Amino acid sequence: MKRYSAQIVLIVTVMIGLGISMLSDSLDAYYLDIALNVGINIILAVSLNLVNGHTGQFSLGHAAFMSLGAYGASVFTLEASSKLVPLLGGPGTFATGVAFLIALLIGGICAAICGWLVGMPSLRLRGDYLAIVTLGFNEIVRVILQNTSGDGPLGGPLGLRGIPPHTTFFWVFLFAAVCVYAVTSMVNSTYGRGFLAVRDDELAAGSMGINTVRYKVTAFVTGAFFAGLAGGLYAHLRTTISPEGFNFLKSFDIVVIVILGGMGSTAGVVVAAILLTVLNEFLRDAEQYRMIVFSLLLIVMMIVRPQGLIPSFPFMNSKKKSA
Amino acid sequence: MEQFFQQLLNGLFQGAIYALIALGYTMVYGVLRFINFAHGDVFMLGAFSAYGIHKWLGPALAWMPWPLALFVILLIAMVACAAFGIIIELLAYRPLRARPRLNVLITAIGVSLFIEYTGQLVFGATQRPFPTLIPRTALANTGGLTISIAQVVVLGITVALLVGLRFIVMKTRMGLAMRALSLNPTASTLMGVNNSVVISFTFGLGSALAAAGGILYASLYPSIEPFMGVQPGLKAFVAAVLGGIGNIPGAALGGLILGVTETLVKGYSQDVGIPSGYSEAVAFVILILILVFKPSGLLGKVEREKV
Repeated sequence: MKRYSAQIVLIVTVMIGLGISMLSDSLDAYYLDIALNVGINIILAVSLNLVNGHTGQFSLGHAAFMSLGAYGASVFTLEASSKLVPLLGGPGTFATGVAFLIALLIGGICAAICGWLVGMPSLRLRGDYLAIVTLGFNEIVRVILQNTSGDGPLGGPLGLRGIPPHTTFFWVFLFAAVCVYAVTSMVNSTYGRGFLAVRDDELAAGSMGINTVRYKVTAFVTGAFFAGLAGGLYAHLRTTISPEGFNFLKSFDIVVIVILGGMGSTAGVVVAAILLTVLNEFLRDAEQYRMIVFSLLLIVMMIVRPQGLIPSFPFMNSKKKSA
Repeated sequence: MEQFFQQLLNGLFQGAIYALIALGYTMVYGVLRFINFAHGDVFMLGAFSAYGIHKWLGPALAWMPWPLALFVILLIAMVACAAFGIIIELLAYRPLRARPRLNVLITAIGVSLFIEYTGQLVFGATQRPFPTLIPRTALANTGGLTISIAQVVVLGITVALLVGLRFIVMKTRMGLAMRALSLNPTASTLMGVNNSVVISFTFGLGSALAAAGGILYASLYPSIEPFMGVQPGLKAFVAAVLGGIGNIPGAALGGLILGVTETLVKGYSQDVGIPSGYSEAVAFVILILILVFKPSGLLGKVEREKV
């Protein structure tokens, strides 16, 4: 029983998601929207945590992967799904659902491919350089998207409009559950001990025969894939996306969630994603103070409690070293 | 051809400012081994403090000849920003000195965002015109090249500051202590160097240079806003890495190369069918290339990691 506990939790979560999704028409639209944002932030933060927390590679470019996923999925939905839906048996819940799933996966794969392209060269770098390279990558993606032609499929600086609102509670929490499950089981597997080894001491891990670059790239590509999925969900929730919405401040938002939750602690990050998204809503009336509060939170957390709200207990490492 | 030289000159002036900011990154990296993300924001504060001083001392400055007024404003703003840099280090970075470098990096990001958004709250998000500290009249117009007084003054001040910095680092006791600390912090403590004082001094020096950079930048592009430091800050960091981080002449060289490359791309990319907006990404492409092919930078030395 215990052996399959993670799978059972996964299935139960998906069932609950499906159940709430059935009721979503009778729920208050405002609260539903917050819940969907919570779900998307959970996917983003848990996937970033695989890179930043478990593998110890500090990435500041998560919003870039999110934007790649958002654009990939939206372009597919806008350009191809009108042709695909009739092939799947006409307009209906099933056909649009399948088309949406394909769009999301395409978004995720776009992000994963770019993650691989960026990760291969840059993951050979030390920690703080990687932070800057990923930040630079984020800017490059934004600049390229912004300079596309306004009439083209990518919509130029104004971005894309009129994306059908396919994102429902079910889809968001399906992928959130899959993301949490995938990251947890990856890290807790025999193979996944490598991620933690790379984080704790890259040199020692390398001399124990762990292919550190491959582990880092694996974490990076997996993180990028889930960020792409989250981006697709985000695009089909907001129905409009623009390059400016995925600038590095968006990346910082996700980083704040990971830091607050505790780097390397999936449970902590999920809790932090919920807390910060709700806090975000409370601070909506005081928009100008929001980022001041978040940045102070970041500084104070680092000084007072660098391990985050809920540290990962099994692997509490007291060693004062990370790279 | 004339257009080419004009672009080259414009790039040179742009690069001089990148070099000034890059020096601050490089010095802090040299002594503390971490990237001070908040450096670009000190640059912004430099421009804003010049704006404030100009308003505050307006009548007194009005009768001074402009070089004197510029000198007074530069001096006050640099001292104010140096003090600010030292306070940042004291409050945010010093408590973390024994912690992993990653934690300090995250704190630096936090400090950077905190300054930007507090700035937005205090100064407002709108762009403000920067007062004309240096006349922007054209100095020479020979052979189709246009150079304004502002550009020449900016270049002159940059060179003077670079020479001054080189003097401080190479000829003074404090500079000696800085170099010792950057080679080996433990050994320098054993030799009687007070590391905390040296680190504070380095932050002050770097912040003063950033402030000067901010004022000169605002003199060339006269509109200031709380986020003006973000892009120049990131690009100056790229310049520091390009030259070899921790290496002072490298930072200056990197700044110049970056400024010239960026201006040339802006000027000529349309000829090959690329929108000039892509010049924003040039710096980051250079960064990725340099980190892939020569991570130690053009003038940096290779650091062997020891177990």
